[in-house]
Amino acid sequence: MKRQAPLIITFLAGFAMILGYFIPHEPFGSLQQILNTWYMVVAAFAMILGVGNLVKLHSAKIRRRSPGFGYSYVLLAGLAAMALFGITRGIEPGTVFYWMWWNMHVPMSSTMFSLLAFFVASASYRAFRARNVEAALLLIAGILVMIGRVPLGDMIWSRFPDVADWIMNVPNAAGQRAILIGIALGVVSTSLRLLLGIERTYLTGD
Amino acid sequence: MGQIAGAWVAALLTLFIFSFLYKDNPFYKFAEHLFVGVSAGYWFAYYYHNVVIPNLYNPLRQGHFLYIIPGVLGIMMLMRLVPKVGWISRWALAFIIGMGSGYFLITYLQTNALAQVEATMSLRLNSVNNVLLVIGVLTGLIYFFFSKEHKGVLGGAAKLGIWFLMIAFGASFGYTVMARFSLLIGRMHFLIFQWLPTIPFFRGLAR
Amino acid sequence: MGFADRIREIDRRIIFLVVALAIIIPLLIPIGFPIQVSPSVRDLYNALESLPPGSKILMSFDYGASTYPEIYPMSLALLRHCFRRGVKPIIMGLWPEGIPFAERALQVTVEEEGKVYGEDYANLGFKAGGIVVMQALGRSFEEAFPVDAYGTPLSDIPVMQSVRNYDNVAMVIDFSAGDPGIPAWIMIAQGRFGKPVGGGCTAVSAPQFFPYLQAGQLVGLMGGMKGAAEYETLIRTRDLGSAGMDAQSIAHAVIVLFIVIGNATFFLGRWSSRRNKGTS
Repeated sequence: MKRQAPLIITFLAGFAMILGYFIPHEPFGSLQQILNTWYMVVAAFAMILGVGNLVKLHSAKIRRRSPGFGYSYVLLAGLAAMALFGITRGIEPGTVFYWMWWNMHVPMSSTMFSLLAFFVASASYRAFRARNVEAALLLIAGILVMIGRVPLGDMIWSRFPDVADWIMNVPNAAGQRAILIGIALGVVSTSLRLLLGIERTYLTGD
Repeated sequence: MGQIAGAWVAALLTLFIFSFLYKDNPFYKFAEHLFVGVSAGYWFAYYYHNVVIPNLYNPLRQGHFLYIIPGVLGIMMLMRLVPKVGWISRWALAFIIGMGSGYFLITYLQTNALAQVEATMSLRLNSVNNVLLVIGVLTGLIYFFFSKEHKGVLGGAAKLGIWFLMIAFGASFGYTVMARFSLLIGRMHFLIFQWLPTIPFFRGLAR
Repeated sequence: MGFADRIREIDRRIIFLVVALAIIIPLLIPIGFPIQVSPSVRDLYNALESLPPGSKILMSFDYGASTYPEIYPMSLALLRHCFRRGVKPIIMGLWPEGIPFAERALQVTVEEEGKVYGEDYANLGFKAGGIVVMQALGRSFEEAFPVDAYGTPLSDIPVMQSVRNYDNVAMVIDFSAGDPGIPAWIMIAQGRFGKPVGGGCTAVSAPQFFPYLQAGQLVGLMGGMKGAAEYETLIRTRDLGSAGMDAQSIAHAVIVLFIVIGNATFFLGRWSSRRNKGTS
């Protein structure tokens, strides 16, 4: 029962989702909506679980006085402040939560991702080599798109933007479409395997 | 006043993160850990206000006792934190996996597989571009067919397919560079035109 | 160490400095490169331009903080275009962070164009649920959003009084950074309910949406900050998108230069070692 019950739940939940899409009429339409609401609630608890794990991990680091445990205080303080202000004082504009979101979360989030610009530049210099035909095709296409998509490209040669457009609309569209179809078939087969209980790896490890 | 303090906090945290480019240092580590904590706290508060309260607490208060089921599933999920009863979380996980699988099966089959195949098959082969598109899709798909060895005609088609895929990856690389630099430009724009002008010497930079 | 090796082994912090200067200098000293408009952005512009004044469009803000510098300028440009055309946007969000960004964009554009809440636009707020919300909108907007972002019943909002479901909106625009996003809107709003769908997305995900453009599932697409700059050019307003284009141009040129130099030193080094092997 410990292993059978989850498999039955997976099947019923997934099947209800699929039925609700193809049969929007009652009771399937409402059933899908109810199940989706439940899904959001359970997903919210999954997020709470994630936060719980984070607190558990960093509390253990502090207890054990592991290297860098001081930063764990910073993490827990940030988490506590944000969560407590958000829950007790609200999340609308004008609240402390909103101020922290706009002046801490948003800038740090954007900056973390913008660091990648520097690493892309470093990788372009050190690692991107046209060692064979395929790599050369990749680099040439990348260069043509990079130059063609910015105003500088148009200034160098007026047809550069057209070349970039052609690359995006023909070979890129063809390649991306093949990838999309391939991924879709993979996702469908994996989803079916999960729903039918053939794939059970999510049940292992507690 | 809150706006200027906010700009300074945002700018300092931005510079702390950028300091990683020189080398790993305590300022970066501070900002990194603060980012993780603040992000986790943000999502916690948002899910509380936008999911748990309207979709669990309020319905239960209004007497819709069917909502006890997701509440129980949610608590089962949290049992993962307790090793002795962690196995109970599989039930909640099974529900999430089932719903997710059902959702992705429909979305991907409909939008990515069927619609794309239909669009390819309905193309009129009356221009070079359309012919190239169809050849590119077919040979790209042939490349992903690994049940037969890529030799002979199949091998040739797979080779052509990978050329189309490499061009697509090159285009993706170009756009990825564009995306990352756009984010960097956004941050630099903030530092130069919104933060620096709060210092009297740089007031002229304000936009 | 030969010259090629020394160039190849340059400290990466020098590379980072060059990149930083490539961004900072054009921001401080604008060059003013003219911006070419790509077909996908022009198609989106034309789709909106063809709508008669008074039309309503559904605008979904489905992005977060990490993609804000790319997508926020797009939303400003599109809102300005809507307000200038007399098109009435109905704002909603399937990502929690989308609505605060939408409110910031509305704050700027509503003041500029002198628009009134409830008459010229509405904000339905955030709703968790992805495609289920999209499907519910096909039945009834009130079913998905009983009240707007400020707690007002939809029936009390003038602009919403003639909007029952997708039949009463002209098109759907999605500002997308992931899932739920453009593919889901295409599947439901376009695939099921036949509504034209247009979008703005991050440059990272733009290449994968070209098959949808080619198939006619998307009426138009803005990709990244460049897309925002192109749309600003079309509506004749320079803002955040256009401001970054000079820096974007120089940065791309720097990357291309790095690729060329890196490959040149690599092949030079290889040729040199083959020559040395041949002579030894």
